[in-house]
Amino acid sequence: MTTIAEKPQLISSRKDAQFEVTLYKNVGVEGAHTLETYLEGGGYKAAKKALTTMTPEAVVDEVKRSGLRGRGGAGFPTGLKWSFMPKPDGRQRFIVCNADESEPGSFKDRYLMEDDPHQLLEGMVIAGYAIGATKGVLYVRGEYYKSYERLREALAEATAGGYLGKGLFGSEFDFEIILHRGAGAYICGEETSLMNSFEGLRANPRLKPPFPAQAGVYGLPTTINNVESFASAVHIIAKGADWYASMGTDDSKGTKLYQVSGPAAKPGVYELPMGATFRELIFELAGGPTEPIKALIPGGSSTPMLAFNDETLDTPMDYGSIAKKGSMLGTGGVILIPQEKCIVNATWNLVRFYAHESCGKCTPCREGISGWMTKMYQKLVSGRGEAGDVELIEIMSRNIKGKAFCPLADACLGPVQSSLALFRDEYEHLAEHGTPKYTKTNWWSA
Amino acid sequence: MIELDTIKPYFEGKEDVLGEILGRYPDYGRRSAIMPLLWEVQRAERHVSEARLEEIAHIVGVHATEVKGVMSFYSTYHEQPVGKYHLQICSTLSCSLAGSDEMFDFISEETGLVNGETDGSGIFSLQKVECLGSCGTAPVLQVNDTYYERVTRSSCKELLDALRSGEMLEPPRERGGDNEGAEKPKIGSEQRVGREA
Ligand SMILES: Cc1cc2nc3c(=O)[nH]c(=O)nc-3n(C[C@H](O)[C@H](O)[C@H](O)COP(=O)(O)O)c2cc1C
Ligand code: FES
Repeated sequence: MTTIAEKPQLISSRKDAQFEVTLYKNVGVEGAHTLETYLEGGGYKAAKKALTTMTPEAVVDEVKRSGLRGRGGAGFPTGLKWSFMPKPDGRQRFIVCNADESEPGSFKDRYLMEDDPHQLLEGMVIAGYAIGATKGVLYVRGEYYKSYERLREALAEATAGGYLGKGLFGSEFDFEIILHRGAGAYICGEETSLMNSFEGLRANPRLKPPFPAQAGVYGLPTTINNVESFASAVHIIAKGADWYASMGTDDSKGTKLYQVSGPAAKPGVYELPMGATFRELIFELAGGPTEPIKALIPGGSSTPMLAFNDETLDTPMDYGSIAKKGSMLGTGGVILIPQEKCIVNATWNLVRFYAHESCGKCTPCREGISGWMTKMYQKLVSGRGEAGDVELIEIMSRNIKGKAFCPLADACLGPVQSSLALFRDEYEHLAEHGTPKYTKTNWWSA
Repeated sequence: MIELDTIKPYFEGKEDVLGEILGRYPDYGRRSAIMPLLWEVQRAERHVSEARLEEIAHIVGVHATEVKGVMSFYSTYHEQPVGKYHLQICSTLSCSLAGSDEMFDFISEETGLVNGETDGSGIFSLQKVECLGSCGTAPVLQVNDTYYERVTRSSCKELLDALRSGEMLEPPRERGGDNEGAEKPKIGSEQRVGREA
């Protein structure tokens, strides 16, 4: 008989004594955005370690081994993405930070930038070194003016302090960052739209391939990552891939910033090891709901909603477990939907968002989401629905799915299809009676 | 002869500002300056006029329609002047669940404005906007570049009154989540606390 070698227990709860807040430890701490405080807390040591003791390949390898997956929503393995860059051929290369954070329910990157901008800059230095990019682009959504200001100050401090610029930490590596402000368009979070926007073009998505590694910013080799991905890389280099991989589950490693919004006692951002359950996040950290809840959106508005029940609450918040439930981890932005909220109205709110943010480039999204889907929801919520409307929404959803040029249209279908699957009775009720099953309208309690 | 008013180019006499913006981007990426140039003008003039569009096009070396094409893609560049205080109310789901629809109606009544309008005296303008990335501290009202979070009826009234008398209130810094309250890990020698004045 063979004995199965004992697998080391992965840390997947905040209750584990070994867990510590890392990504988020400076957020909310007064003065933490300054270089001085960042250095006091050991700042830029990871960048120094990477640039002076590791080869770029070793950095990529460390991040690969850590198991980090991109935190912008899609969960693509970060180290693998970094290894896609072509061999250096003398052309300028870019590392881009996607700080466009606009997916409803997501608000983690903002706090990281406002309160700990140097952590992000350090992550970009490390990534730039790993992929051989001497220029970084930091694209911040236009509304995040505070983030922009804090980053601008941080860039000036880091440049003056020698953490950005020429020959960093006595190495041969030069690195500078261009800070660029968006102007209010969700589609700019899609990586190729972001590149068009940065280049001063209309921000329509580009056809892939070529992928950014082949032709990104200005047609040059580019790697793009989310703010939280860069921040995570700092700690992976500082504490090692093994430490990072000791947290999480089989397919999801490390810690993640989860967000709770909607009626909870203490909504906000919480850092947890991956694989912690919705229950731990919502009840133990966010203090539980303040009113009866019927559904939750697990990872930003585009991820299909799940019924609010024990089975959902005990689901580990990792990529695989949520996918198995038919949804996605996304950005980790959990939205609680109260029992008393008309689900058609709530879904219409999100359909309206995607309709407004459609760039109009492709027909399925422009006509399907901004045109037809919008009209159907308007018809229902204004009480003019009739028999067959709900089926029509269903058929339209099926016909739009997978047909659009970029994932924005499918993102809209997340809430549409899931709400239909879970709460069809509310749709039917509204179509039949012209009034919603749940009629509460005043949500401004205070 | 009739004397026509000529408009002074915005960047005339602001060569340092212009140089700083253009200098951010590589030579082959001059077009990238379009967005920051639009921002620069709009911050000063609360909108970007046709004349400014043409000036920016000239600076960057493209046709004015190209700049217009870029500008019109985004929802935060304005062709018409907005008020001294541009009130932007997030209307997306998490804010809606915290009362942003009622907040919008309240502000609409207080200011007498409907969505998209600027008042006659140019003090207030009103715009419904989409998720501002502040869902945990909903509902959110953005005044110019400043976020006011967890807005209540009374704080909303107080803010509007202050704005009417020309005063921007300092927003309390809201975080929620892991950073509610003051207990924070020690960094450096002294204990630092959660909220900033
Ligand atoms: C419509 C749309 C919006 C997106 N918005 C964002 C965003 O705001 N921030 C972000 O990091 N990624 C966003 N993404 C994902 C990016 O395209 C890209 O996958 C991500 O920035 C890669 O970084 P990561 O690998 O570190 O996650 C969006 C994607 C789509 C299709
Ligand atoms: S929904 Fe209003 S800030 Fe996100």
